[in-house]
Amino acid sequence: MRHLLGIAGWRRDELEALLDRAQEHLPGGPEASHVLRGQVVANLFFEDSTRTRSSFEVAARRLGADVLNWSFAGSSVSKGETLLDTARNIEALGPAIIIIRHRSSGAPHLVARHVKCAVVNAGDGAHEHPSQALLDAFTLRQRWGSLDGRTVLIVGDVLHSRVARSNLVCLKALGARVVLCGPPTLLPPGLEEMGGEVTHRLDAVLPQADAVMCLRLQTERMAEAFLPSQREYSRLFGLTPARVERMKPDAPVLHPGPINRGVELSPAVADGPRSVILEQVANGVAVRRAILERCAS
Amino acid sequence: MTSVLFQRARVIDPRNGVDGIRDVLVTDGRVAQVSEAPLVAPKDARVVDATGKWVVPGFIDLHVHLREPGEEGKETVLTGCRAAVAGGFTGVVAMPNTKVVNDSALVTELVLSRARDADLCHVYPAGAITKGLKGEELSEAGELVGAGCVALTDDGRPVMNAALMRRVLQYATLFDVPVMVHEEDLTLSAGGAMHEGATSTRLGLRGIPASAEVAMVARDLVLLEETKGRLHVAHVSCEGSVRLIREAKKRGLRVTCEVAPHHFTLDDRAVGDYDTHAKMAPPLRGDADVKALREALVDGTVDAIATDHAPHGVSDKLVEFEKGINGIVGLETALGLTLALVHEGVLTPRRAVELLSEGPARVFGLPGGHLAPGSPADITVVSPGEEWTVDAHRFYSRSRNTPFHGRTMKGRVSQTWVGGRCVFEDGQLKESR
Ligand SMILES: [Zn+2]
Repeated sequence: MRHLLGIAGWRRDELEALLDRAQEHLPGGPEASHVLRGQVVANLFFEDSTRTRSSFEVAARRLGADVLNWSFAGSSVSKGETLLDTARNIEALGPAIIIIRHRSSGAPHLVARHVKCAVVNAGDGAHEHPSQALLDAFTLRQRWGSLDGRTVLIVGDVLHSRVARSNLVCLKALGARVVLCGPPTLLPPGLEEMGGEVTHRLDAVLPQADAVMCLRLQTERMAEAFLPSQREYSRLFGLTPARVERMKPDAPVLHPGPINRGVELSPAVADGPRSVILEQVANGVAVRRAILERCAS
Repeated sequence: MTSVLFQRARVIDPRNGVDGIRDVLVTDGRVAQVSEAPLVAPKDARVVDATGKWVVPGFIDLHVHLREPGEEGKETVLTGCRAAVAGGFTGVVAMPNTKVVNDSALVTELVLSRARDADLCHVYPAGAITKGLKGEELSEAGELVGAGCVALTDDGRPVMNAALMRRVLQYATLFDVPVMVHEEDLTLSAGGAMHEGATSTRLGLRGIPASAEVAMVARDLVLLEETKGRLHVAHVSCEGSVRLIREAKKRGLRVTCEVAPHHFTLDDRAVGDYDTHAKMAPPLRGDADVKALREALVDGTVDAIATDHAPHGVSDKLVEFEKGINGIVGLETALGLTLALVHEGVLTPRRAVELLSEGPARVFGLPGGHLAPGSPADITVVSPGEEWTVDAHRFYSRSRNTPFHGRTMKGRVSQTWVGGRCVFEDGQLKESR
């Protein structure tokens, strides 16, 4: 049983091996594996994410598993029942793997310490979203062959973003240079210690980027006064056709979805030739198959 | 007439300038004689061979949560007193944020009566600054002090209203009790679960910036200067606070402060992978803060080591980090953590003893804290070199929430004496009943 709680702590060769295996899970690859035949995979989602949940579900079914879905988003965890109570109840149903999405950073770590099956982190608070980072790295590796020496620019609300943290660690481990860009209120301290470079000047750094990854701007950040307005954010940090002009000719644009059209990405960019957003989604299933296989081994 | 003779002890009594091998004679609950020359034991006296041990003034903890009334499942006055004497403390100041707030003589008297029943160590209640700790109306300080409160504090919460803080500093001068403050600007700490820094970023936890504490310390020092009051800053955790307090002391303001052992021992990296046992308010800070606290312990900026002993149940900690309740128990690990600084050469034995006994007694004007003839025989006997491993399951406290479980400590409480009576010896309580 092997958990996947985050990217932190992975060696490069382990990451490369997982991405190599994901390659074999792409449509048209070698014969499908059924390592999870007759086993149960439990999807435990305390936060809405149809996209990630469905992707894991398809991946698990392709490996022969039965999938149980729980959604606690909004309310329905019964009063007084703790996360551990819930996890132990679900463990009693005998799943091989619990996939958990939770709004609290570290929730999967807590569960992993107290259950016997494998735990996969499908996104915890502002901590990590390892399967997303792996599919992003996979998508870039597919284009480039190797990430060595490439510069990936991550733009937006890094403070609240688990995608940014996992990607920073993952891309660095695979040999890329990672530059993080956003307003000072949304770039937390210590990113340099994690290997990132920090800037607030998007236009200055865009020409250096081999790929640009936009983060979703959560609208509730306005109420908390991290930003004056969405309008100002999109002016300063939104990826517009004019800004794409400043990028290297073949640099792709990534986004973990769902997109706020017109805020972090102009519609023309989101649907334009640079966008690899739909490739990301398709690759997600292959990468998650490789993840679940690894947990089962 | 009962007597005890401690022989060949290393007596460390900072207030009276004693640090050397002495015999100490205790008669009728008071120190009778401290002598370089060997003393002859009176008839029927108990003789304690203290060779290799320290005999020091009983420790006093200015910051303890006893949880009674209201949360007796976590701790009671009795279990708290047991933990205290097991940790070498002969006196503790009980915080008023119980689940009937100590904002009236009735609650103060209840705590004192439970302490009399426990009959182990001195319990000095602190009364609330504001009624119900709501931060709105001043509680009746005169009544509280009259009933036995030794300080006023809304600990657990800051006094966010500056005008009200100014008034309590003025008003408390009537009784000359310190106003003890938990410094936290709630607008800066809101939603934070740990210190803001590289670790909070890595873990994706919302950070509490150091400014949440420092800004409030600055505010209260400004108010203190204007009001000529007495301010005691509780559980100072960061470098900026220490710097402001040091300057204020130099300028002659009546400000004192305490530091908790966890803040001078651990930094924010102790959170590790979301260990709720490393969650407290104020949070564990960065390594530069730890260094600054240690310097402040040495140079006299810090007046007392206080544990902020905060007992909580297992289920309060077995949750997502953000939901975990703040606080750790501290009474039974304080000496070991303080002596670690002695063994590392940061503190002299004399300064360590001062921070645990004389300092706190002076700050709150409490009896004890020294061993001059005639003073109460509140005495802690320390085995400074004895190694032991912290086992939270063997705590006398009713709670086990500590990040120090399994840590090896060098230096242990051998005996605790309160008013000339041995209440703790060789790991065992000596209860009167
Ligand atoms: Zn406090």
